Amino acid sequence: MTFDPTSLPATLDALHLVLGLSSVVFLALLIAKSKPAPPALVSPEVAQPAEAPKPAPQPVPALKTHSPDAALQLLSLLQQEARFVDFLHEDLKGFSDAEIGAVARVVHEGGKKTLKQYFTLEPVRSETEESRVTLPAGFNAAEVRVTGNVVGQPPFTGTLVHRGWIALETNLPKLADGHDVRIIAQAEVEL
Amino acid sequence: MNESGRYAVGIDLGTTNSVVAYVDLQSGEDNPALTVLPIPQLTQPGVVENRNQLPSFLYQPHESEVSAQELVLPWGNSESSLVGVIARHLGSKTPLRLVSSAKSWLCHGGVDRHAAFLPLNTPEDVAKVSPLQASIAYLHHMKAAWNHQHPGFALEQQDVTLTVPASFDPAARDLTVEAARAIGLHNLTLLEEPQAALYSWIKSSGEQWRKTVKVGDVILVVDVGGGTTDLSLIAVTEEDGNLQLNRIAVGDHILLGGDNMDLALAYRLKAKLDAEGKQLQPWQIQALTHGCRDAKEILLGDSGETAVPIVVPSRGSKLLGATLRTELTREEVEQTLVDGFFPQVGIHEHPRQALRGALSQLGLPYAQDAGITRHLAAFLAKQANAAVDLFGHTGADFIKPTAVLLNGGVLKAPALAQRLMSVINGWLQQAGVEAARLLEGADLDLAVARGAAYYGFVRKGHGVRIRGGIANAYYVGIESAMPAVPGMAPPIQALCVAPFGMEEGSETSPSFAEFGLIVGEPVQFHFFGSSVRRDDKAGTLLEDWDRSELEELPPIQAQLPVEGRRAGEVVPVRLAARVTELGTLCLEAIPRDSSQRWQVEFDVRGGAA
Repeated sequence: MTFDPTSLPATLDALHLVLGLSSVVFLALLIAKSKPAPPALVSPEVAQPAEAPKPAPQPVPALKTHSPDAALQLLSLLQQEARFVDFLHEDLKGFSDAEIGAVARVVHEGGKKTLKQYFTLEPVRSETEESRVTLPAGFNAAEVRVTGNVVGQPPFTGTLVHRGWIALETNLPKLADGHDVRIIAQAEVEL
Repeated sequence: MNESGRYAVGIDLGTTNSVVAYVDLQSGEDNPALTVLPIPQLTQPGVVENRNQLPSFLYQPHESEVSAQELVLPWGNSESSLVGVIARHLGSKTPLRLVSSAKSWLCHGGVDRHAAFLPLNTPEDVAKVSPLQASIAYLHHMKAAWNHQHPGFALEQQDVTLTVPASFDPAARDLTVEAARAIGLHNLTLLEEPQAALYSWIKSSGEQWRKTVKVGDVILVVDVGGGTTDLSLIAVTEEDGNLQLNRIAVGDHILLGGDNMDLALAYRLKAKLDAEGKQLQPWQIQALTHGCRDAKEILLGDSGETAVPIVVPSRGSKLLGATLRTELTREEVEQTLVDGFFPQVGIHEHPRQALRGALSQLGLPYAQDAGITRHLAAFLAKQANAAVDLFGHTGADFIKPTAVLLNGGVLKAPALAQRLMSVINGWLQQAGVEAARLLEGADLDLAVARGAAYYGFVRKGHGVRIRGGIANAYYVGIESAMPAVPGMAPPIQALCVAPFGMEEGSETSPSFAEFGLIVGEPVQFHFFGSSVRRDDKAGTLLEDWDRSELEELPPIQAQLPVEGRRAGEVVPVRLAARVTELGTLCLEAIPRDSSQRWQVEFDVRGGAA
């Protein structure tokens, strides 16, 4: 391979991965919003940051900032199962692809397990990629993004470039009230 | 029986995993839905998840290890001992605080099962529990999970079926009942696990099962769990035009299962890495074991892969350069597991004899011979005549199963299931009879709990019920009155007190022979079980017997209370046996001069623990 990984792209990739995964969580959280929380245990989506009591939700469309709890929780799960944070903090310089590949297996296997355990993911479109699809009038623009020669009125016909992913269900673990989600991984001291 | 329960609940209290399933009895359907109860449990401090299985592990955390506010469960604070995924997780790094295999200890007659001695051989400041208390802790968690999800239908009010290995002796069954009573379960029935697996199969095949099996079939149930292997034979007969199922034999208690296999693979890889000059730390071996569990499923599956890489990441945050990589090949798995645990053996090759001889040993009596097929050969040979009463012909060398039902996660691997079937069918072919068919469609992980829940439904008068009764005849040893010979133990005769096949709710009349009990003092008796002497009646006295026929069990103990009598007085008593509705054996001492009955204890306390 001629690709030379420098530290800057590696950091950017990490950022994007985290952002991408977080957005999956947020999307899923929106779906799972209605679940009641049992006493004493809080679902991350209802946890409020302790320092800033927020005003009542406004009925008008507005930008909102989610509590970071769920994102931190997902990072922690990925770290536990897939050594996600460890891996992205590694400097790949000086290691062979084989060495990186061995570690990538840990990240892949663990990450896959985590996704499977906590999310039900499905492609947005069931057609094969690169096949022709037709979008009817009133198609859901949140689910399907049209690109390229976007002119005229639907129905649109075009090539399915990416099938997309949708989290049909999210089932993140519940957290105890006093649990500090900022601890992605505990330090470990063997006695 | 109390009719107030709305649900029939089945609890599989397993050696390594426990499962709860249930049926809604008020659904009014002929084929009601079986549901597996999601069990909320801590997976990390402060993190609660739903899982179908509750790992049967108990962890005694150090007071500074986790804070109480991190141990919140949906129904309130956790007990001081942790159970489930978190226990297994914390215990993997701090094994000296971990209790595992409590169920196997429950069946270990060499220890006092009420004594708090687990975890074994650990420093004094680690709180200890008894095998019984550990079982209670698992049941308690499952009860709390149920009650939280079914307000108004407390588990205490439901019909609960608790499964036990078919090979559990009367003492271990009593202890299981004691654990269930301790959490307030009273509408309780015991069911043998291989029977539960068959019930689950019947339920999942719908009415189809009547076409799949036929009169004259002998179904062999092979249940290889995480820690134990359990065998049973069920014969199919006909009565008034309906198919009947009869459990005709159960195997010995074999402490051999999937965990042994993962460990065997890990040690094989360790040897390979040693040869490359890589020394492994204990934590790496543990991680290897973990990796082998997943890898074996791929390699024993139908995927056609020939090798699976196994990677043990470093413990520190630096992964690159510190990660151990090796490969597990299909050949290695086949040699270690298929040939090691399921060797191609003849029907006459039995495990090297290492029965329960050393009852006083501390530590679990793990099977010394890992060849499951050898244990199976021994079982089939021993039970050669098990179906004589039903079908009128003996099995000659060994009983010939015509159908096989598999259970347990291990046998999900097609290569192992195929090998097992090919060994069995090899024996059958040599004997010149038809090959046995594999009963398809079993759910190998959750079948026991599901079958137990379905059994609760069957007990309400729906569907077919497996008949069985007790799978052993039981004998009490009587020292014969003859002059003492120096250096020789007095010869012992065996009095049959409970005949083979006694059904639930039946009892024997008091024995003819009488025993002298000293009032106020515990008296111990030799106790024997036989899974092959089917024709001895209660009261039969054996002068001598083949050592392979009668197996000595831990001693039993009777004690007459002082009330109304003089301490030290010798009172002649007779013995009678009863099989309770819930499926336990009960031996009673009846003094000649009164109608009172005193229960004989199977679990002698204060033993060598």
